[in-house]
Amino acid sequence: MNKIVLVTKREYLTRVRKKSFIIMTILAPILLAGMIMIPAWIMTREDVEEKKIVVVGDGASMFQGTIPSTKSLEFEFLPGADPETMKETYESLGYYGMLFISAKVVSVPNAVYLYSHKQPTMEMSMHITNALESEIERQKLEAYDIQDIDKILKEVESDVKLQTIQITEEGTEKKTSTGLSMGIAYISGLLIYMLTFIFGAQVMRGVIEEKTSRIVEVLISSVKPFQLMMGKILGIAMVGLTQFILWILLTFIIVGIAQSVFLPDMSELSGNPLVQDIMSSEVTSEIQTESISMNEFQSFFESLKAMPWLQIIGSFIVYFLGGYLLYASLFAAVGAAVDNETDTQQFMMPITIPLLLGLFVTIGAFQNPNTPLVFWFSFIPFTSPMVMMARIPFGVPTIEILISMALLVAFFIGTTWLAAKIYRTGILMYGKKPTYKEMIKWVRHKNY
Amino acid sequence: MGYFEANNIVKQFSNHLALNDVSMNVPKGSIYGLLGPNGAGKTTLIRIINLITAPDEGTVTLKGKRITQEDLKRIGYLPEERGLYKKMKVGEQAIYLAQLKGLSKHEATKRLNEWFKRFEIDGWWNKKVEELSKGMQQKIQFIITILHEPKLLIFDEPFTGFDPINANLLKNEILKLKKKGTTIIFSTHDMGSVEELCDHITLINNAQKLIEGPIDKVREKYASNTYKLHFEGDVNLLTASLSHSYKIIENKKVNGQTHLTIEIMKDTSTNDVLTILLGAGNIISFNKVIPSMKDIFIKVVEEVNKK
Repeated sequence: MNKIVLVTKREYLTRVRKKSFIIMTILAPILLAGMIMIPAWIMTREDVEEKKIVVVGDGASMFQGTIPSTKSLEFEFLPGADPETMKETYESLGYYGMLFISAKVVSVPNAVYLYSHKQPTMEMSMHITNALESEIERQKLEAYDIQDIDKILKEVESDVKLQTIQITEEGTEKKTSTGLSMGIAYISGLLIYMLTFIFGAQVMRGVIEEKTSRIVEVLISSVKPFQLMMGKILGIAMVGLTQFILWILLTFIIVGIAQSVFLPDMSELSGNPLVQDIMSSEVTSEIQTESISMNEFQSFFESLKAMPWLQIIGSFIVYFLGGYLLYASLFAAVGAAVDNETDTQQFMMPITIPLLLGLFVTIGAFQNPNTPLVFWFSFIPFTSPMVMMARIPFGVPTIEILISMALLVAFFIGTTWLAAKIYRTGILMYGKKPTYKEMIKWVRHKNY
Repeated sequence: MGYFEANNIVKQFSNHLALNDVSMNVPKGSIYGLLGPNGAGKTTLIRIINLITAPDEGTVTLKGKRITQEDLKRIGYLPEERGLYKKMKVGEQAIYLAQLKGLSKHEATKRLNEWFKRFEIDGWWNKKVEELSKGMQQKIQFIITILHEPKLLIFDEPFTGFDPINANLLKNEILKLKKKGTTIIFSTHDMGSVEELCDHITLINNAQKLIEGPIDKVREKYASNTYKLHFEGDVNLLTASLSHSYKIIENKKVNGQTHLTIEIMKDTSTNDVLTILLGAGNIISFNKVIPSMKDIFIKVVEEVNKK
């Protein structure tokens, strides 16, 4: 037992002290935080730049004043201008682009053109399309000549926001966010897949290194092959856990710092009398969407708080370890069977296939976590770490989690036993690449 | 009963028999040579001794008891294919491997320091193994093998890869260890070192043991009745008396002396021959020719292979 600890310690320390480990540990959360923050940052920057669009064409007068300006967009109507000359000169006149509206737009949907030198953003084209559509609808309705049409429309206008509330086993209700659950399911399922592969491959490479450097014979004259294999697997598991915990901590720290930079901005914004004024007026559709997004933001935070974080992180660690241990011993056996990394391809198949299968089912589980396929795969030990992690954010009875975990542990003991038998013979075999048949023979070999 | 014994070891691999009823009996404090051509089964036997491979039949005992994992702490093993972690620092690695043999970190550090001073390699402690030359790596590996002061040392081809100076250094260390009471088993192709170091030998060929015993007795046994004779006088008188009692194999003249190699016929004693020689001239030396281990090795192995 003491020897396993010694081997584990060496495996852990040599890896943790590597430059690549330190760099990856620091860089990954920065990249992740960057991936979240940079688009947000870009969006706030973009708003500042003001763009003017000139509206021309025989249909322009129909829409005069109906396309609302935004923080970054302004529309100038020049129905009299000649579209052909304007097309040549709009840029030199200081316009971002030229919107050409034909009079036929009422009946021909694609009779509108936006000319610009740069690719317009999705947001911009959506804004224009929405404004034109609602104006055309309004005009068409007007043609029916119904009295008090505006008032009627305002009265019939409705807005539905679905609040999903899940009733837990204990009978308490909690607000959930399907989007959030999906996001967590996606991230944890994918993370388990990636980590199992990354650290499993590290085990395999470690075994190959010991084999090719021939130190393995020195080692197994002191420790049993099983102890050597377990020590390596456990050491790398601890490297994985260390990295994972550091990632979480660092991400929290970075997000925290970023929030303290961004959040004052937001409170300043809501404290701004102009903003408050607009918010209370409820006139333009734009403001409405903004207040909706504020509400959504609030409910998002509510469901963020309602998420069973302890259960999620706790089961993530258990499933990561269980799944990793299950596969790591197989990776170790493959490493022992070959002399160099290029020979591993052939034996990687039986490992890759169940992992990939698990990944596919996990992706299915994001859409619907309650299908029988997802249910059963969340119990099969080779796929359960990924699939069950994808189910947990949507709520899974504790008993199911426990059964799935117990199965995982039982199977991990089984694969380790099997892999150890291949490992102990394989590490002393050099030269010819073994066949599966030979590897089965190794399992039956008499050995200490 | 010997200090260390391997009894009737049989090991069958899927396509060939590696060891067929091989036994060896190693006396305490001896240097025991394990000889044999390539592929004879030496390394398999050594691995069985080290509990790396299990025999199909037979037992390995230390002081009369079956060898266990616990005994490995008292065994030092230098495999034929040397290897260390290339990216790991020398000192750290040596201490790690000593800890695996049951030494405390403190004790391992202390002993390693002594060895580094003794071999004058203090500066290597923080070097990575890959920065050292092959010969340097071999030295480190030798130190690692004996750092936990094993009672039984097993060397598989210890001298390959060493230059003559370092090989001598190694031989001296082996002899020092023997003086301290360590029992040493080593396999080698270098017959010179066998004659120099070994007390006992076993010769294995093709999974079978051919010879075992104290080296002097083995050489004695394989000695033919050949003698080397240096003398001054009339060679013709000798050749004239060339009789039924001996025949001359070699005849050389060196600095006025005659160097002869003669084979004495059966049923003739050396005294009979000497009597004849006394009349022929002045005898300077008369020695029995003891065959070298190399000769015995080649002779025995070729004889068996012919059959």
